Formats: sequence, C-alpha cells, structure tokens
Amino acid sequence: MATLLSEPGLETGPAETAATAAATTTTAAPRRTRKISRERVSAHDGFLTHASGRWAKVGGTLALLSLGLYLFAGVSAAHFGGSWLGYSLGTIGALLIVWLTMLGMRKRAITPGRWSLKAWTSAHVYLGLALLVVGTLHSGFNFAWNVHTLAWALMLLVIASGMFGVWAYAVLPRALSDNRFDAGGAITEKQMIEALRSLDRQLHEAAQPLAPDDAALVETSLDEDPFAGSLVARVSGSYPNCATRRAARQLREARAFRPRTAGDPLDKVDSLLARKEAMLGRMRRHLKLKAWLQLWLYVHVPMTFALLAALSAHIVSVFFYW
Amino acid sequence: MGPVSEMFRVAIVGSGPAGLSAAGRAAQLGLSHVLLEKTDHLSDTIYKYQKGKHVMATPSQLVLRSDQEFAAGKREDILGKWNERTREIGVNVKYNADVKSIRGTGPAIEGSVQKIVTRARDGTSTTKEVQRHAPPYAIELTNGETVMAEAVILAIGTQGNPNLMRCPGGDLPHVTYQLDDPTAILDEHIVVIGTGDAGIENARGLAEDAAQGNIVTVLNRAPRSTNVRESFATAKEPNAKALVEDHEAKKLTIRYETETKEVEPGWIVLTTRDGEERIRCDRIIARIGSAPPRGFVESCGIEFASADRLAFPVLSPTFESTAPGIFVIGALAGYPLIKHCMNQGYDVAEFIDGNTTLKPADEPLLAAKFAGLPGKRSVDQWLEFVRSNVSILEGMSPLQMREFMLDSDVRAYAKGETVFERNDPGSSLFGIAGGSVHVLVDAADPSKVVRIEQGSIFGEVGLISGRRRGATIVAAEPAICVEISRNAALKLQSQVPSAKKAIERIGVERQLLQMFGAGLTSEDIAGAVETAKIQQVKAGEAIITEGEDGNDIFVIRVGSMIVEKEIGGKPVFLSYLPAGSYVGEMALIDGGQRTATVRAAIKSEVIRIDGAAFGQVLAAKPALLERARRDMDVRRKTNALIESKKDGFSGVVDLFSEQAKFLVGQGLGEATDVLLIDERLCVGCDNCEKACADSHDGLSRLDREAGKTFAHLHVPTSCRHCEHPHCMADCPPNAIHRGPDGEVFIDDTCIGCGNCQRNCPYGVIRMEKVPPKKPPLLSWLLFGAGPGPGEPPYKWSKKHTRYTGDPAIDQALDRKKAIKCDMCAGIDGGPSCVRACPTGAAIRVAPDEFLTVARLEHEST
Ligand SMILES: Cc1cc2nc3c(=O)[nH]c(=O)nc-3n(C[C@H](O)[C@H](O)[C@H](O)COP(=O)(O)OP(=O)(O)OC[C@H]3O[C@@H](n4cnc5c(N)ncnc54)[C@H](O)[C@@H]3O)c2cc1C
Ligand code: HEM
Ligand code: SF4
Ligand code: SF4
Ligand code: SF4
Repeated sequence: MATLLSEPGLETGPAETAATAAATTTTAAPRRTRKISRERVSAHDGFLTHASGRWAKVGGTLALLSLGLYLFAGVSAAHFGGSWLGYSLGTIGALLIVWLTMLGMRKRAITPGRWSLKAWTSAHVYLGLALLVVGTLHSGFNFAWNVHTLAWALMLLVIASGMFGVWAYAVLPRALSDNRFDAGGAITEKQMIEALRSLDRQLHEAAQPLAPDDAALVETSLDEDPFAGSLVARVSGSYPNCATRRAARQLREARAFRPRTAGDPLDKVDSLLARKEAMLGRMRRHLKLKAWLQLWLYVHVPMTFALLAALSAHIVSVFFYW
Repeated sequence: MGPVSEMFRVAIVGSGPAGLSAAGRAAQLGLSHVLLEKTDHLSDTIYKYQKGKHVMATPSQLVLRSDQEFAAGKREDILGKWNERTREIGVNVKYNADVKSIRGTGPAIEGSVQKIVTRARDGTSTTKEVQRHAPPYAIELTNGETVMAEAVILAIGTQGNPNLMRCPGGDLPHVTYQLDDPTAILDEHIVVIGTGDAGIENARGLAEDAAQGNIVTVLNRAPRSTNVRESFATAKEPNAKALVEDHEAKKLTIRYETETKEVEPGWIVLTTRDGEERIRCDRIIARIGSAPPRGFVESCGIEFASADRLAFPVLSPTFESTAPGIFVIGALAGYPLIKHCMNQGYDVAEFIDGNTTLKPADEPLLAAKFAGLPGKRSVDQWLEFVRSNVSILEGMSPLQMREFMLDSDVRAYAKGETVFERNDPGSSLFGIAGGSVHVLVDAADPSKVVRIEQGSIFGEVGLISGRRRGATIVAAEPAICVEISRNAALKLQSQVPSAKKAIERIGVERQLLQMFGAGLTSEDIAGAVETAKIQQVKAGEAIITEGEDGNDIFVIRVGSMIVEKEIGGKPVFLSYLPAGSYVGEMALIDGGQRTATVRAAIKSEVIRIDGAAFGQVLAAKPALLERARRDMDVRRKTNALIESKKDGFSGVVDLFSEQAKFLVGQGLGEATDVLLIDERLCVGCDNCEKACADSHDGLSRLDREAGKTFAHLHVPTSCRHCEHPHCMADCPPNAIHRGPDGEVFIDDTCIGCGNCQRNCPYGVIRMEKVPPKKPPLLSWLLFGAGPGPGEPPYKWSKKHTRYTGDPAIDQALDRKKAIKCDMCAGIDGGPSCVRACPTGAAIRVAPDEFLTVARLEHEST
C-alpha cells in the first residue's frame, strides 16, 4: 500500500479502492489512481481456439520443424540421441516436460499479473502434442527394455491421457449443463443433495401408516447412502442394486394384488419414491459426468510424476554411463 | 383523558442510544425528566440484534460524548452496561409507555400551521392543516395515560409501526399483524402475507404440528426460483429454505406470484398469474414490513424537508423541530450510527438546559476536512463559505451543512490540475465553491474547452446515470470544489427541493451537449431543452412502439433499454442501449413510422425531446445532422444484418435474441460488469471460486453453480456492480463505495448489520468472518500442509483460529462482515476468477460489450 500512496499524482488525496480502503466516513469517489491493467474480454473463447489458434500454430511449427530436420538433416539413426540434433530435441523435450508440469502450479498460484490459465492450457495442449513428435524423434526409434524407453512410454501415456482429457473437456460440459437445467433456474449439486434429504424426510413421514413389511421396504431406500457405490458404479452411472428402485418396484408389485382403496397411504409413498428415483438419477448422472471430467487427471498427473522420475533417471544414466 | 402526570421539564421518547444518552445527561444535570419507552426494556433496536452480535463503534475518529459508555463489543455487554449505568445515575424510566400523540396545550401559535400531505397509492394526495400550539406538551400513551412536559426529545428511531393491509377489507377484524403463540391456534385456514423472516417464522410455527389442523398458505409476490435468495429476498436463507421444504412436505402451501386483491369475512381473493382465485381464510397474518414513523412525527407538528421518502425533519442547529420545544435526534433525525446518536443525546440535553457555547462533537472531523485548504477559516466560516458559494446548497440550514460535509469532501486545485478524467467511473457530484473549471469537450484537442463558473456544479451525469465520466475536467484557475458523494447528493435532493430542480435542469442540458459532441452551445439547444420532459419508464414498458407514428427523441438518463423488431411474427432482439444513448432519430430524420420497439430493460428514466424542436436544431447545425446520420447508418446496418441472418440462420438469431432477453431478465440491464459462464466450456473444476478465495482473504465472492442458466449461458451468483447499487441504499456507516475501476466494494467500516445483504436483489453478499491464514501453496503441494487452494472448510477455520484470550482481539476475530466481489480492484491483470479458468468458460463483461451483434457473427460462423 505504501508504494501505492507514493505514486506521483496521488498527493492530492489518497485514492480509496477496495485494496487501500481504511476506516473513513467519506464516500467521496477517488479521483485518481495508479492505472492497473485489466484484461477486457467481450466474448467467450475456448482454450482450443484461444487467440485464433496461436499455440496450435506454434506447436505445429515445432513438430514440423523437428520432423523436417530429422528427415533431411542426414543424421544417422544409430546413437541418434548423442548427435547434435538428438541433443537439441532431447533438451527441448525435457524442458517442455518440465514446463508442461508447471501447469499444476500455475493453476493454483493465484498471483497478480496478466496471465490467464486458459492461455496456459491452450499452450499446454498444443505444445504437449508437439512433444509427441519431438520426444519420439529424440528416441531415434531405438526402443528396448530400458529406462529410456520407459520414459518414452510414460510420456506417451501422459499425452494419451491428456488427449482423452481434451475430448472430455470438449464434449461433456454440455451434458453436465443440460442435466442441471431446471425451469426455475439451474439446480446445483448442493440442491440435489438437499432435495434428496427433503424427500427422505417426507418418505419417512409418509411411511408411518404403512404395514410393517411395506415400511421396511421404504426403510431400505432411506438407509441407502446416495454417495455410496463403487467407482465402477460412479463412472458408469449404473446402480443395479439401487434400494430405492427396488423398493418402488416391490411396493408396486405387492399393491397389484391388493384391493384399491381411496386415500391409500401407499399412493403418497409411491409418488415420493418416484420423485426420489428421478432426483437420484439426476444426481448420479451429475456425479458420473463430473467423474469423467476428473478421472483422467488421476492418470495424467501421477504418470507425470512417474515420467519426471524416469526422465531424471534417463538423463543421469545418459550422462554418466553412455 | 386518563390520569395526568406531574409536569416534567423534559420528556424523552424512545430509549435507543440517542434517547438513553439524552436522559442520562438530563439526570446528571438535575433536570426533572422522564424517559418513555414503548417496550419493557431499554433500546429495542439493539435489543433485537442477533445474539452475540459484535456492535461497531464507527466512525472511529469521532469522540464519544455521553454519560453512557460505548465501545465496540458484544451486544449483551453493551446493553448490560447501559442498564446498569441508567440505574446508577437515576434516570427516571417509564417502560411500556407507547406514545400515541404529542399535543401542545399552550395558546395557538399565530401563523404556525402544519400542512400534512398524505399520498395514496394511485398518486392522489390529500392535505390536512393542523394549527400548532405552544408548550407544554401533553404526551398521550396508548394505555390512556398522559404525560406532561415543557420540552420533548423525540428519539424513536426509524423502526416504525407494522405496515397495514390496504386492499378492500383490510380493516376486517381477522386481519392481524402479529402472532404471539402459534400453538394456540387450531383448525383454521390461515393466510400469511409477507415472506420476510417474521412471516416465515409465523407460518412455520402454525403448520409445525399437523395435529393442530391448520391449513396455512403463504403468499409470495416473487416468482419461484431454485435460488431461495431470489424468491425470498428479504428473508434469511435458512429460514427460506426451511419454508420451501415445508411446502414440499405439504405442511403448508407457498403461492408464488400472488397478491391479495380483497378480504371478505371468511375468505380472501387473490390475484395470481393465472387470474383471480378465492380461498377460505379464517385469519390473515400480515408481516409486510413496517411503515416509517413519519405519519406520527408529522402529526406532532414536525415538518419534513420534502415529500421524498428519504427526507428527514427540518431541524435547527440545536435539533429543535418546527414545533417549538420538540427536539428530534438519532436515526429519526438522519444519523444512523450509535455514536452520533449518543453524542446528540448529550448535546440536546445541554441545549435544553441553556448551554449555548457547546461545540458539536463532530467539530474535529470537519476541521480535518478543511485542514488542507488555503486561507485560514474556522469550521463555521468554511461551512458558510461552501454553503453561500455553491448555489444548490443555498437552501441548507447550518445543521444540514454539517451533516452534509461529513459525507462530502472539499479540495483545492491548482490551475490546470485535473479533477477527473473522461471514462473515470464516478457517481459523485461536484460543486464549485471558488474559481472555475474547464470541461475538455474534445478528447483529441485539449484546447477546446467550456468554462463552468463558480457556484455551478459538474459531474451530475455520472451521479444520475451511474456511468463513467463523459469528459475530463481541469481547474481553469486555482479552484476549490466540494465533491458530494452519491449518498449525500441523494439526501441533498430530498432535503432541498430547489437543489433537485437545479440539478435536473443542468443535467438535461449537459447530457444533450455531451451526447451530441463538440461545436454545440447551450444557446443552440435551448429550444430543444425547453421542450424536454423527464419521464419515468417501468421495466418492460415501451417508449417507442414499432409501426406507430411519432418523431420525438428519447435520451436515456437512467437505466437502459432494449430495441426489438418483429420479424416473422416474433420479437427479435436488435440491440442494447445503455444510459447516455439516444433513440428515435430514424423517424425524425427520414420520416415514416417507427421501425422498431424500444422498451426499458429495468426501471429507467428518459428525457423526451419534442421532435419538431430537435428537428430545428438539426436543421441549424448540419454537422450535427451529419453525425446523427452516421449513428443511424450504424444502427441500420445492425438491423439489416440481423434481418438477413434471420433467413439463413434463423436458429442462431432466435438463440441470440432469447439469450439477450434472458440476460436482461437476470438484471444485466443495470449491471456494469457481470460474470458469465459458457457452460459448453465449463468443466466444473471450481478453479474460479478457489482463485477468488485465494486472492480475497480466503473467502470466495462467487457461487459458480448457483444462478440461472439459459441455453448453456450461465449467470452465476456474483456481484453485477450495478449502475445504481441497491446495496448502497441503506448502509449506516456508508461503507459501500464505487472504486476507480467501476467496482462496488465494501470497506472496513462495515458494521455487519446485514442491510446490504437484504437489499441486493441478486443475493450476492454474504456475512462471513475472515478465516485464518493458510500455509503457503508450496507447503501444501509438497507436504500437504493446510486445506489446499480455495475457501478453507469451516471446521479447519474453526480449529485454526488463534484466540488470544483478549476479548477485544477475539471479538474482532469473530466479527462477521459483509463480503462481496470487488472486481479484483487493485489486482494487476484483473479478475482472478477469469484468469484462473482453464477453459475460457468464465468471462467478466459489461453488458453493452456483450450484447452486440458481433457475438451473433461470432456464433454463426
Ligand atoms: C442489525 C443492525 C445492526 C446495526 N449495527 C450497528 C453497529 O454495529 N454500530 C452502529 O453504530 N450502528 C448500528 N446499527 C444502527 C443503530 O442500531 C441505529 O441507528 C440506532 O440504534 C438508532 O438509535 P436511535 O436512538 O435513534 O433509535 P433506536 O435505537 O431505534 O431506538 C428507538 C427506541 O424508541 C422506542 N420507541 C419507538 N416508538 C416509540 C413510541 N411511539 N413511544 C415510545 N417509545 C418508542 C423503541 O422501542 C426503541 O427502543 C445497526 C442497525 C441494525 C438494524
Ligand atoms: C508429457 C506431457 C505432459 C505433461 C507432463 C503434462 C502435465 C500436466 C499437469 C501436471 C497438469 C496439471 C493437472 C492439475 O494440476 O490439475 C496437466 C493438466 C492438463 N493437461 Fe497435461 N501434460 C502433458 C501433456 C498433455 C497433452 C498432450 C495434453 C492434451 C492433448 C494435455 C492436456 C491437459 C489438460 C486438458 C489438462 C487440464 C487443465 C486443467 O484442467 O487445469 N496434457 N497436465
Ligand atoms: S451487491 Fe448486489 S446490489 Fe450491490 S452492486 Fe452488486 S449486484 Fe448490485
Ligand atoms: S472479480 Fe475478483 S472478487 Fe469478483 S468474483 Fe472474480 S475473483 Fe472474486
Ligand atoms: S474455472 Fe472455468 S471451467 Fe472451472 S468451474 Fe469455473 S468457469 Fe467452470
């Protein structure tokens, strides 16, 4: 703040902003402040098309250049890694990998400045794809059962998972949004959970007048934890043993054999169970989509660290034992 | 008349901080006195704060002058000290003394007649004249007793009495305004009107136990929404949620978009979206807020400054009202902070006791305001200098001037110094108390200037429209200007009607000059200004209708408009017009019928200028006509583009049009900067929320998932930085300001009263305490220390709050204050939420940047 106040032109009166406001009774608007640069945008522009595909062009150029040199510079393929071109590609590749890893830091260190994570992601994706070419050419196609090939394979795995991630990012958000859509606005995850809780309470109350067997069925639905379920269930969105569905089905079956009466408490329970099923379905779809949007990162990131380890081993062994 | 008391020297009505302090001083001075309090405890307003509330003692520079103690602290401690001290100094308190009327019992005061104007909803008004009588005053209580006093101090605050139902039948006996014991009511059909906390608590209490057999209906004027903060804007969120849940559990019924039309014995007639409906009703509980105490105050012979809702009583420098011997202090007099109230209580008792030399306690604050100015003048001289030199301030009393200056600033400018620059945000008004200033009318050529003389004002366009400054202002010679904050300017306009008129007239002329650019002078447009009328427009109302005749020009002064055209039987959105633009020129220039419909996006104000008069200005000024034609051509092109797209890409145009209307429905019409998420890109990582928290005290100022969505365009719950922020309206310490980047922010003087949270229609303000600092990011990344990025979980914060055992520090740690988005002002690079979005889904935009055809082109390619 001290630096702000010593800015020329500010002597005429301290400028008050959210960043500098101290206790004061005046509401006078400030007259002059240091100009803070603010990025203005006026339309949505996704990371794949960011800045008219600037990073796609950079990545593409890098890949083509590497390929061109590899094909036409006439460097022998045996011991390619030790050649000038091999060294260059290796250095570029290693630096790229380190830089690509830095995305994890950039995403979480919310420092001031004119950076945007979208631009980073854009560059990450296209340079990461270019790395496929750079890294593979660096290998000179000398594959064997050693740490060098391991590093290359891990790199492929990271890149492949990244490609999957891009697919997920491109395709799934619409479905996530559609699933949240609601005529009164857009329902949030928290509201889905609250709605389920509220339905449970209503079910509990509505089940009071039921016969013990029927009540026990409703109870199984109430006891079910909507978040339980295996990873497979979460990812596939299919819960074959769903207690709510079973309870609804069995109650309906049982009712088919009983005489119909007006004001049957089962009517209310039935409609509540149907509503709960629908809400559960919606939440499960929500969780499934979110899982697909995130799960691949559980491959991408750990493999990144494995890659960094293998890469270090590769570099150390190259310099000491070649 | 019931029993009559002895004659007191002074009766104090209301035992809030103001009345309590006045009574304390009276007791210390040995004046015979009585303190009349409606309830059975002292200081009802503070008594009703939530339990354990941290009460703030702002403004901190103001010294406290009272026989009562007051420092920031817990509500319970403060009330405890006041109770004890009141007993100790022997204040004569009379509880359960609800004052109903105050009448002079002396001879009629010649020529002193109080005019009381009552306005009905339909705009008609009736005037009643009441002859004032000299003291002593007979103070009549609702229990029939009468208290006699030579002087009265009115300190009843602004809580007022419950609002009454005004529809036909509203006076029937089953219409009630409170509910003491919900369990005592059995087997009734009950309609609860009002969806604030009180109404909700009553409704839920009545429906709680199904065995009571009550059938409870709650009427809500607002439409249903998944965000209860929208559908129940005046209630606390948990209360509203609980009510919605009771509705879903069929314990009671909420009827949305419903109002009462008429009450009949045993029935109530409702207006709903689908027409009228009549339902059974044995009891109505109306909890529809409270009416300001103005009616009662006026009936005591006390005049208000104007008919405006914001107006306060007219007072002398010693707080005496127009009824001789009745003094008004505290929130009722326009001073909503406890410290002010207490100081006034002390002062007024001194004045009544004959002290004429007492200097007001705010003297040092004012002295500090004038400290930097050239020339040695005392505070009183400076006040008089400003008052007599700035023409709009002439009608102010010395007391009003003091209060006014507390909310304003005065500065000296050297010749050539800039006062503000074009495109700076700012909604304050400036008055020239000395010297003169130049308006740079041409941004490209600093030599083109227009002079504004001493006594006049500038900056009024920003004040009225809430938009950025239209031109740069520099001092033409050494000058002294007062900067009048928006709040002070609004107060001024309600206190001094002539000031309001002057600001309006100058505003119209300047707006026209500014809009049509250089080369025009006041004389050129005098004819047009003459015909100009200011017109209020309701949201959704059309000022121009397609296909009609008419050639008047409209200038949007406040609010914003949307332009629509009927294409293929459907209204299609053409463009968005922010405040400061004009419409209607096409029919004027080219003749013919109106080619599009223009309607208000939100409640707006337009200046309507007679077409013929404006035509003459155009005829006399070919350059202006040329400009108007150019503007018109741009608009024509836009329309043509949309119409042509409509053939080939009608789906795209429909989407564009409907999205635009959705956004306007979401309040974009009054926004200056709004967070929009393209849900086709949003992966739900919540990095935006985490980034916001990490750059703002660990508290996120946006709720990404909440808010409405239309065709994948999502408006999350986050501040829109409204042109005329509703949140600012009622902030006791004036803690909400607009900053240099146009951001609306809350400073550290927030007392946590929650008014802004209730007043914001978009539910974006939270009351929170600041969580403890987290360990740095690297220690989390490497060692897993702390809760990681984003807002820490409640449990973690609780566990890591370091209490010291010192109550002053601990209470500050627990202090809840209002937090909201500040647009990341002062953070280089701009909004963190936008910068931290990995996919580009989140952007912050001004509505006029976003609602353009450029977007349509973008989408359809
Ligand atoms: C939630 C909340 C939080 C706040 N927090 C703070 C804070 O932290 N710091 C701060 O400085 N300010 C705060 N304020 C503002 C402050 O409480 C009020 O401005 C202040 O109490 C006004 O004092 P007063 O004496 O003018 O009136 P009040 O305190 O309103 O007292 C009026 C008294 O008059 C009585 N009365 C009314 N009508 C009659 C009648 N006809 N006959 C007899 N008695 C009558 C009432 O029962 C009441 O006791 C807050 C306000 C609210 C609502
Ligand atoms: C060897 C090369 C790569 C490395 C080391 C790497 C590493 C990383 C790391 C560390 C993250 C941060 C994850 C997090 O913290 O949440 C990340 C995210 C990501 N990577 Fe990669 N990556 C590589 C290649 C790629 C490629 C080729 C693609 C795409 C084709 C890709 C797509 C992504 C995407 C979409 C994200 C998510 C961005 C976000 O949500 O913040 N990556 N990567
Ligand atoms: S807090 Fe609410 S009322 Fe205030 S500027 Fe933001 S959106 Fe508008
Ligand atoms: S602009 Fe800044 S303060 Fe506002 S929501 Fe975004 S990150 Fe938070
Ligand atoms: S950061 Fe972007 S992608 Fe992530 S939740 Fe926010 S808007 Fe969606």
